[in-house]
Amino acid sequence: MANTSYEVGKHPDLPPPVATVGVVGWVRTNLFSSWINALLTVGAIALIVYVTTGIYGWAYLRADFAGESRFDCTSGGACWALIGARFSQFIYGFYPVELRWRVNLAFVLLFVALWPLLFTNAPFRRYTLWFSAAYPIIAYILIMGRFGLEPVETAKFGGMMLTMIIGVTGIAASLPLGILLALGRRSDMLLIRILSVGFIEFIRGVPLITLLFVASTLLNFFLPPGTFFDLLLRVLIMVTLFSAAYLAEVIRGGLQAIPRGQEEAASALGLSYWKSMYLIILPQALKISIPGIVNSFIALFKDTTLVSIIGLLDPIGIGRAALADSKWQGLGPEVYVFVAILFWICTFAMSRYSIYLERKLETGHAS
Amino acid sequence: MKQAVSALATAGSIAFLASAASAATLDDVRAKGFVQCGINTGLAGFAFTDDAGEWDGFDVAFCRAVASAIFGDATAVKFTPLTGKTRFEALKSGEVDVLSRNTTWTLSRDADLGLTFVGVNYYDGQGFIGRKALGVGSATELDGASVCIQTGTTTELNLADFFRANDMSYEPVPIETNEEARTSYIAERCDVYTTDASGLAASRSTFENPDDHMVYPEIISKEPLGPLVRQGDDEWADLIRWTLNVMINAEEYGVNSGNVEDLAGGTDNPEINRMLGSEGNMHEMLGVDQTWAVSIIKNVGNYGEVFDRYLGPDTPIALQRGLNALWTDGGILYAPPIR
Repeated sequence: MANTSYEVGKHPDLPPPVATVGVVGWVRTNLFSSWINALLTVGAIALIVYVTTGIYGWAYLRADFAGESRFDCTSGGACWALIGARFSQFIYGFYPVELRWRVNLAFVLLFVALWPLLFTNAPFRRYTLWFSAAYPIIAYILIMGRFGLEPVETAKFGGMMLTMIIGVTGIAASLPLGILLALGRRSDMLLIRILSVGFIEFIRGVPLITLLFVASTLLNFFLPPGTFFDLLLRVLIMVTLFSAAYLAEVIRGGLQAIPRGQEEAASALGLSYWKSMYLIILPQALKISIPGIVNSFIALFKDTTLVSIIGLLDPIGIGRAALADSKWQGLGPEVYVFVAILFWICTFAMSRYSIYLERKLETGHAS
Repeated sequence: MKQAVSALATAGSIAFLASAASAATLDDVRAKGFVQCGINTGLAGFAFTDDAGEWDGFDVAFCRAVASAIFGDATAVKFTPLTGKTRFEALKSGEVDVLSRNTTWTLSRDADLGLTFVGVNYYDGQGFIGRKALGVGSATELDGASVCIQTGTTTELNLADFFRANDMSYEPVPIETNEEARTSYIAERCDVYTTDASGLAASRSTFENPDDHMVYPEIISKEPLGPLVRQGDDEWADLIRWTLNVMINAEEYGVNSGNVEDLAGGTDNPEINRMLGSEGNMHEMLGVDQTWAVSIIKNVGNYGEVFDRYLGPDTPIALQRGLNALWTDGGILYAPPIR
């Protein structure tokens, strides 16, 4: 090898040194490039192994999955028997068992209704959109029980179903309201502008929990006696107003990013205010606002757990009532881990959709 | 300005109407067909949901007793879970008819908040739990200890009073919920943990080695827990009060859910006869059916039965009767006579 000679400039390319390519090379340059890095790497790996084996041991290896009460959980790890025994409560609350098909149907129909809204290439979109528009009424009839369906009082609602009802209603109702408020705040008409600014600043200046307390305790004193004004309805209204105020500011941010020329061009074409908003401004402004809007939605969805403080039984409230049963007392970690997983599934789906939507609407000039 | 005044006037008249309408709660309840009862959102032994999703517990049983007294049906009741922050407003605004939610009877709540306490169904008191390894046998030896304490409760104030009165110092570890306090205590973030003695016993039953922990003998506060109603409807308050008294008297006279139907036909004991309606017209004075007391005892049980079912030694909570024993058994539970 050593005595092979080449003409100047004719030496064939040699492969790079083994230590700088492939897995070994990557590990060397990224994980062990200096002694500090090496120390951090070893420390981090040890921590990860320690934590994951700890969680794995608690949640699976030493866990009990079946049993009638906590006294059947003898292995020393997590006691998932509680989740098994109460699973339907975590999902449906106290909704009558024989009527739960209505909730399931409403849930499935939700996705049918969302399909044409979320995916613009859905087939027969022109017709299915009508279904989406009618969905709130259909869901109301199904879940509450109207027109011959056996009525179910809202006190029986609970668990993930309650979270979905509050979250979906809040999201669906607050978006149009938020758009109107954002437009109102930029309006040339003084009264509308003052009202919008006043509303937004008032709602944003008050924590959601305060509004929920107003809904649960104060409103009853102002209403005429005998009027039964459902607690859930009061909460829905407050959540919607709260979310609309935040959305309005997110959307206003989008509106302000649209150059003035766009609006002027629309006026020059003879478009009315509403037409120029609908056709020119809002499609651009909303596109910019998508991350912020989805962020607000996710925040709203998680804020729904606050209703457990005013005694509505969302998954946290269901868990608390279950933990008070002396059969299941002391299993707090299991309940909270389970509720966290439920919420993570929902919010992760929402954020994935947001990424999909951003990619689809990417037209180049946004960064 | 004028508008504001008229709006205020409207609000005032509505408030007046509201108080007028609440004057005949019993009629309203009869018309509705059920009692709306405010309960805890979850407290071991007192209010919890079973695996089938039904509310159950010591406080819940009292709601069922009220429903039995009015309708003869323990299921003619709907429950509103209330937190410590919403309970009084829910009662005052008429959202619930009776509040049975381990609420401490204090002067300010009774006199200032517009509520009427009808009696005591559980005498509780604040205590301490600590590890035996601490080598302390009494709460008066806790100088310098760290204490897990739920913030914003009367227990926090009682704790400060107790340590000041005994000239001791302590390090508070503020905690939001009972469950969190329990976990913090197990994780040894505090030496001792304080809350109502019934709650300590319930928590202790969930520890891996309950015998490593002890509840100190000192009870540092009086926490008489009982049902309450809105102020201003004495007939309704009377009915709730005597529902409780029937349960306590029934235990004293040896009437229980098993023998109540036999005894209802008449006995040699005039006290039992008056209570169960075979003598006198007590039920008319309260405006309920003759069988009201029989229904309570048959559907729910006497006080002792209810206590044993949810809190007693055979339950995981394993509370002793203690103060809550009948006055004839060394406790202070004493109901006025039905006469």
